Amino acid sequence: MKLPLSWIRDYVDIKIAPEELAEKLTFAGLEVEQTEYIGVARPPGLRGGHAAWLESGARPELAWDRSTLFVGQILEVKPHPNADRLTLAVVDYGRAEPIQVVTGAPNIQVGDSGQKVAFALEGARLFDGHQDGWKLMTLKKSKIRGIESGCMVCSEKELGLSEDHEGIMLLPDDAPVGAPLADYLADVVFDIKINPNMARCASVIGIAREVAALTGQPLRPIPQKVIGKGAPIEGQVDVVIKEPSLNPRFRLALVRGTTIKPSPFWMQRRLALAGMRPINNIVDVTNYVMLETGQPLHAFDYDKLVERAAGAPPTIITRLAQPGEELETLDGVKRKLDPFTILVCDTRGALSIGGVMGGAASEVDARSKNILLEAAAWEYINIRRTLAAQRLSSEAGYRFSRGVHPTQASVGLNRAIELMRVVGGGEIAKGIVDKYPGKPKKIVITLPVAEVKRQLGVEIPAKEIVRLLESLEFQVKAQNVKRKTSNLRSPITNLQVTVPDHRLDVDGTDDLIEEIARMYGYENIPVSRMNDELPPQRTNLDLDQEEAVRDILIDAGLQEVVAYRFTTPEREALLTLPGAPRPAFPARAYVRIENPISAERTVMRQALLPNLLDLVAANLRYQPRVALFELGPVFWLRGANDALLPRETATELPEDKDIQLPLERRRLGIVLTGPREHVSWHGSDTAPMGFFDLKGIVEALLEGLHLSATFAPADDPLFHPGRAAALKFDAQAIGVFGELHPVVREKFDLPAQAVLVGEFDLDALLARVLPGHKVNALSRYPGVAQDLALVVDENVPADRVQALIAQTGGALLQRVVLFDVYRGDQIPPGKKSLAYSLTFQASDRTLSDADASKTREKIVARLKREIGAAVRGE
Amino acid sequence: MLDALNQLRADALAQLAPIWDAAPLEEWRVKFLGRKGALAALMEKLGALPKEERAAAGKLANETKRALEAAYHAKTGAMKQRALSETLESEPLDVTLPGRPVQRGRLHPATQNLREIYRIWGDMGFQVFLSREVESDEINFQMLNIPPHHPARDNWSTFYIADSDRRLLLRPHTSPGQIRAMRQLSQGGTQPLRVILPGMCYRYEQISARYEIQFNQVEGLAVGRNVTFADLKGTLIEFARRMYGDRPVRFYADHFPFTEPSAQMDVQCIICDGAGCGVCKFTGYLEILGCGMVHPQVLRNGGYDPDRWSGFAFGLGPERIAMLKHSIEDIRYFWGNDLRFLEQF
Ligand SMILES: [Zn+2]
Repeated sequence: MKLPLSWIRDYVDIKIAPEELAEKLTFAGLEVEQTEYIGVARPPGLRGGHAAWLESGARPELAWDRSTLFVGQILEVKPHPNADRLTLAVVDYGRAEPIQVVTGAPNIQVGDSGQKVAFALEGARLFDGHQDGWKLMTLKKSKIRGIESGCMVCSEKELGLSEDHEGIMLLPDDAPVGAPLADYLADVVFDIKINPNMARCASVIGIAREVAALTGQPLRPIPQKVIGKGAPIEGQVDVVIKEPSLNPRFRLALVRGTTIKPSPFWMQRRLALAGMRPINNIVDVTNYVMLETGQPLHAFDYDKLVERAAGAPPTIITRLAQPGEELETLDGVKRKLDPFTILVCDTRGALSIGGVMGGAASEVDARSKNILLEAAAWEYINIRRTLAAQRLSSEAGYRFSRGVHPTQASVGLNRAIELMRVVGGGEIAKGIVDKYPGKPKKIVITLPVAEVKRQLGVEIPAKEIVRLLESLEFQVKAQNVKRKTSNLRSPITNLQVTVPDHRLDVDGTDDLIEEIARMYGYENIPVSRMNDELPPQRTNLDLDQEEAVRDILIDAGLQEVVAYRFTTPEREALLTLPGAPRPAFPARAYVRIENPISAERTVMRQALLPNLLDLVAANLRYQPRVALFELGPVFWLRGANDALLPRETATELPEDKDIQLPLERRRLGIVLTGPREHVSWHGSDTAPMGFFDLKGIVEALLEGLHLSATFAPADDPLFHPGRAAALKFDAQAIGVFGELHPVVREKFDLPAQAVLVGEFDLDALLARVLPGHKVNALSRYPGVAQDLALVVDENVPADRVQALIAQTGGALLQRVVLFDVYRGDQIPPGKKSLAYSLTFQASDRTLSDADASKTREKIVARLKREIGAAVRGE
Repeated sequence: MLDALNQLRADALAQLAPIWDAAPLEEWRVKFLGRKGALAALMEKLGALPKEERAAAGKLANETKRALEAAYHAKTGAMKQRALSETLESEPLDVTLPGRPVQRGRLHPATQNLREIYRIWGDMGFQVFLSREVESDEINFQMLNIPPHHPARDNWSTFYIADSDRRLLLRPHTSPGQIRAMRQLSQGGTQPLRVILPGMCYRYEQISARYEIQFNQVEGLAVGRNVTFADLKGTLIEFARRMYGDRPVRFYADHFPFTEPSAQMDVQCIICDGAGCGVCKFTGYLEILGCGMVHPQVLRNGGYDPDRWSGFAFGLGPERIAMLKHSIEDIRYFWGNDLRFLEQF
């Protein structure tokens, strides 16, 4: 909210510099987001000074020189002898002789006199009005069509007040001729961020009250004097409140014989500085008073209401909207109303949406004479609901939706009708119609003094606490608890605190302590280290395991990525061929977003691979090799048969029981594509990565987690037939990996090269991890190495051969490494040769070649028997 | 005889001097020191000398032998030395050529950042508690003093889950984890608590250089029998010191419905050291985290008796911290996962 300091000064003296005040307000929770200096210099060094201000994209500021810029008065306007469009104005600026200047301003004409203007002497620094943007210039003597002049009457743009260069700025009649312009018009405008709990400060008086409390200055009350001499309002209008809980108060006043015209300069200027557009005196007064007091007001054309009531005194009814009811609001929108919308109506129908926006039918217009002014109180949550449902925002709605205390309705109304009388003429009808069925109770809170120290950690004397609270208009009564054993004055132990009328946000000791802390100053609260009992220290096993997986995978050379967790069902459907089942990860019901931000992000993902493949496609535009992984949750709706994991059960609360929170299961996705190594002058292995590159990583992961699993051919439509494996523990498959099916690859716009992908159920994988694994003792005796080259049927899987060797070799067989797979010459068709290097070693003796050969023979015998293997070359 | 020996010695040493190869050296050795060499031949004649000459000649013969042997060894050493120098000096490498590339993996910067935060808070006794990303309105808002239609809800642009009657949502902040952590770990409000709650949060925002629809947050929560605002300040200053080094911080009043008093902590701008720059919007300070004393009703909702327990909570944005630290101007880089970005970490 923007507020000029000159306005705040109406209610409190400001004896410190604007920047110091801005800091005090900011620290007290009213962040001054921006300060604009109008006609006065921005202090150097402040937040980087003026250069920084410009760098932030703001309009340049101009400090008005007190020796060259004055309030002037036009004495005479004469025609320019050589130009029709120009005139010569003679200006008195209160110092020396009046000076004649040349001007082309369309808003002064030959024959005019008496206008007050901003007058610039030769040498004044001004913005160039004729150039786009903001170019500074120094006013110099020059000849315009033969007439020499070094002085000027200024436009708003030349003064840096606005973009307006249509004519010169005309000042009000009471502007003091000869005063430096800076004294008369300069101002500082704060743009203050108002947090929801500070709604009371969305007004001049609200800010002034905080300023008073923070600087120890007295607050001046809002003028409440009303000169109401007109015929009484009684009998001229009636009010009926149907929903007191939604509309606790409704007040009306009547001003007769008003003249609608522009409001005075000072009011227009303050409204403009506060960011509101002046309209006419009546509308401006309602806005002005709303900004000043925080109470939104609504003006009706009284005569239109009388006309609607067929000449009778109107009755104003506030009630809920009826089914199907509609209203055309001031913004020209015909609105369907919700059943919770509260309306201001007359006997003919709806006039306005209460507290939010007026209707077209009873609007004040240029011909209005008699103004019925409404000041009401509305329940804030209902207003907020209405704003949301109607997708509406208004200054009134903004304030009412954050809470305006009903007492403000009388402060605001009194201030407004008197101002209307002053700026619009007319007469205020005697009396006010005031219906107040929802008067809130006075809130009185008992605050134990000790509670302040318990929460803040600092001992603030009771007297000081009382002073801090009273500075914000809380009424405080100290209570002593008598000590029987002492004659000393007993210390104050409790405070009875009565909450002032303008506060709706205070109802507990915690609220009071916040106010005490704010006024005491957060910076004055000491700094301490917790000396409280340390809670039991627990490691987070789930997180530790996750991080261990990350470490293993980056050790394997993979780049971690974190992708969006949103996707679309269509995108994920690309993972399968139409109609084909996904055995490892069957589709589940999606967690869909009710209000998606875009058509590409409508659901939460059920798989990691689609987004990963998108990332791969994007990265392949810049580099040939991509090797990455993601570790994160996938989401689906919880089904009746879904059992919760231990970590899910652990965080479940009774409150979740009837709501079926979706499941969030951790997955691991890996994608590899491109050359095995980056090109380098050392002669790299730049062959494309294939199935076994990925399998090697999976094996490294298992090894790192000390898990042993099996791999089985996977029949999943995601993959190239024959180039995919399922990772299994016993019968449980916890993931599949392999080469992406070329058709799927194309669907993800990936180039024609092998793309290796894998997705794994990380929760299931990590559930297998045991806490600690056994380490084998190291033998001190030398081992014996022997090779074994076998010829087996093509369809015998390698892991079966290896398992038979390992089982048969027993304890003596320390290591089995497959070092060659061969097909071709010397190997019959339908067969393959597998060559193993076997290492035999005993823990208690040196093995002889004969010992090793004996075991080797046992192995060979078993392989012959069980899989028909032959030893190559025998 | 003596002359002959002296002559032999002089001849041998003179012939040894120019030898720098193994074969001539061996020839030299055979010629002078070999079993049938010149020295051996002279020594055979020693026996034939008159008795009075024999002692002096024998002595000189032995001296000559030792001298030649020593010269031979010195030469061998010198030759080795020369050969080594020659080897070392031949085929020098161009050390400016690139080394053999290592295929390094890297953690995502968000993970690196989270780990640093875990470490710092872990050192201070705060353990990680992982909570869920899809939350209920009840836990996410209502239990945190934000009833339906409350104006404070404007601060959380929330994604709702379809067909849930707006009872389910994507958490827009990690704060609901406070309720879950208190309920799960406090043993019915009888145990103190120090946790951090990291994780992905979601907001309905138009994605831009400054705003993302998903981002990490780290919430912190300490509950104890005498935890105060002064402790909050002390603990968070300690965090800032470890995270950003020794630089001024400031606390000012802010508002969160689930803490009271609430505060914002700023740390002196790490880009301009307080002089004012575009990053700190010329304030000299950067907003680092929001914090406050846990609201009594929130403590109650977590199972604690607020008359006997108190606590503080805070929330910070790791990606924002990383952006400041590394002068990253576009938050979209994080989930864009361009390797050219990721490989810089
Ligand atoms: Zn800075």
